[in-house]
Amino acid sequence: MSEKKKLDLNRVSMPKQEPLVRKRNFSEVALGYTEEQALREASRCIQCKKPACIDGCPVDIDIPGFIRAISEGNMPEAVSVLKDRNSLPGICGRVCPQETQCEMTCILAKKGAPIAIGRLERYVADWERHHPEIIGQQKSYAKFNGKKVTVVGSGPAGLTCAAELAKLGYGVTIFEALHVAGGVLMYGIPEFRLPKSIVQAEVNYVRSLSEEIKLDQVIGKIATVDDLLGNGFDAIFLAPGAGAPMFLNIPGENLSGIYSANEFLTRTNLMKAYAFPEYDTPIKAGGEVVVFGGGNVAMDASRCALRLGAGKVYIIYRRSRVEMPARAEERENAEEEGIFFKLLTNPKRFIGDEQGKVKAVELYEMELGEPDESGRRRPIPKPNTEFVMEIDTAIVALGTKPNPIIPSTTKGLELTRWGTIKTDDATGRTSKEGVWCGGDMATGAATVISAMGAGKRTAVDIDAYLQGGS
Amino acid sequence: MYRILDREDLTSEIHLLKIEAPGVARKAQAGQFIIVRVDEKGERIPLTIADWDREEGNVTIVFMEVGTSTRKLASLSIGDSVVDFVGPLGRPTEIEQFGTVVCVAGGFAIATIMPIARAMRKAGNRVISIMGFRTKNLVFWQERLGSVSDELIVTTDDGSYKRKGLVTEPLKELLQETRIERVIAIGPTVMMKFCSLTTKPFGVKTIVSLNPIMVDGTGMCGCCRVLVGGETKFACVDGPDFDGHEVDWDLLVKRQRTYLDEEKESLELWKKKMAGAIINE
Repeated sequence: MSEKKKLDLNRVSMPKQEPLVRKRNFSEVALGYTEEQALREASRCIQCKKPACIDGCPVDIDIPGFIRAISEGNMPEAVSVLKDRNSLPGICGRVCPQETQCEMTCILAKKGAPIAIGRLERYVADWERHHPEIIGQQKSYAKFNGKKVTVVGSGPAGLTCAAELAKLGYGVTIFEALHVAGGVLMYGIPEFRLPKSIVQAEVNYVRSLSEEIKLDQVIGKIATVDDLLGNGFDAIFLAPGAGAPMFLNIPGENLSGIYSANEFLTRTNLMKAYAFPEYDTPIKAGGEVVVFGGGNVAMDASRCALRLGAGKVYIIYRRSRVEMPARAEERENAEEEGIFFKLLTNPKRFIGDEQGKVKAVELYEMELGEPDESGRRRPIPKPNTEFVMEIDTAIVALGTKPNPIIPSTTKGLELTRWGTIKTDDATGRTSKEGVWCGGDMATGAATVISAMGAGKRTAVDIDAYLQGGS
Repeated sequence: MYRILDREDLTSEIHLLKIEAPGVARKAQAGQFIIVRVDEKGERIPLTIADWDREEGNVTIVFMEVGTSTRKLASLSIGDSVVDFVGPLGRPTEIEQFGTVVCVAGGFAIATIMPIARAMRKAGNRVISIMGFRTKNLVFWQERLGSVSDELIVTTDDGSYKRKGLVTEPLKELLQETRIERVIAIGPTVMMKFCSLTTKPFGVKTIVSLNPIMVDGTGMCGCCRVLVGGETKFACVDGPDFDGHEVDWDLLVKRQRTYLDEEKESLELWKKKMAGAIINE
């Protein structure tokens, strides 16, 4: 491409549902590019000789390659280039933090208008889903090589590792603890941000590559890791996910009406409590709802509460806006929908009524001091600033710690001092022969794409190990 | 899908289902539970394992009709299936040779305590069982529990069968008369609470099986949190067995009542649907 081509710095914006409409429904917020919009955005890519965008991608997608195919109008080629490196493009196109990855390293980011890589990825994945006839033209992968691998967990790490190994010819069986496959993509991320039909379409793609996805299987209970190793599996990849929710450890936290974000989101997304009583699982989200935390999960929980019919929803965060770990886009979406942000505020205790139901929370103000070990300015309580806020529901979105079921039932698995499984980051290897680990169980809570990256690196290492180091 | 191989109505409201689940049967131990989801729109509810057959690959559950989910379950016949049956979950009951063990059970929990009494006896304990019912026509499994106990005491609240009164009365007498190393009490929350209060002055360790509301049952959501010895525990992974003298019973009862209104609404809808189904037939 000629360098003299005039740079187009008009990034095509994403069409969205209007805030006042979308805050009361669970349909997807971002509507996706039209063909014309996708072509226009794709044609802005200057096709760098040394594409920096790929350096920002944890799964090494040939980004200029699939964008060129879009701009040339060759959609089957775009699908093929994308899926060669990423088995879950419809998911990544929606939930990856592109602004800190590929779009941050895109050369046009220097001019303030990086190519909207995520939106284009989503466009390609959605196009494929609407053109099932091209599936037959997909390239075929290696034949069964006689070796069997187990993957524990069907979230982003597990699905990615399973797909990569299956493409190489391994017989892969996935064990999932819940009653549907997808892990956090199903129970955690809400429908309006990641439609469940899209997750299931991509899960089905992985299912088509692998031998089987077995649901309702809690590994460590129905079978231990050692049972699986002794049962004809040559390697095991542990990707059981985020595990146990953290709480605030303040008085009154076990009053009814106080949820972990995991519980609130699982009831809403996995159990479809928004359709109660048609579905049997209930949820409480009326009146005034407060959400503690400043990450993406806090944004998801607050926006779910609004859609479930809450009057007012507050996000309560102990630091200021700039320290919030949530993606800027999600924060903006939440604010547009009318979520209130109470920053530099922290809870002291919950107050209940006679029935043991939460009715208020006592809060106090914070101010920022010197930076702490995370590099963010440390929040310090301001004395004599306590005040009481009446609430109906509280949601605690402080992150998770590892679930003890697998570590406590597996011999010879070394743990870190945080209780995660000790894992070599480059290969996913654990201290136990034949066992690898990746995703949140290895790193603590992180992103979908970083879990996918771990799944991919592990697949490479499992392959090298099972081929006897050849 | 998990097929129902057998069904028995123990009373008009308490039912037994034998479910085909070879994986769960292979690993099941006394005191553990399963999570069942009856149909695609159903809740995930925990039920204690009453029995299992490792060779034939099935698991038996016994439950009482309370809300929509248990009524849905009760409406199933042999040959029908449930969509999900997950387990065995929770820690097994601690089984050791303690000496003399008293197993106290109320209502449908007779079925839950069966495998525990059996395992305790097999481990060399002298097992005294106390089973309590509201009234005579709710009595079941007297012989079955008797067959794994060295001594069996039956009570009814109204005195219509055997000894009149609550299970705590013979429990207290036993504590006064005999050296007892351990008590296991399973049943309605108030019954477990009062058994624990009865044994506390005697300093006899008392294990109870807690039944808070759960969602996933694998430690992921924290819905089942209970306060034991001043510490928050998740009943699904840290329990369901806990030291009854350490449990905050009032908190448990309050958390169990979280969705009373919704449960009522759901049940009304189910009853309406059932009435409609009968008319349509």
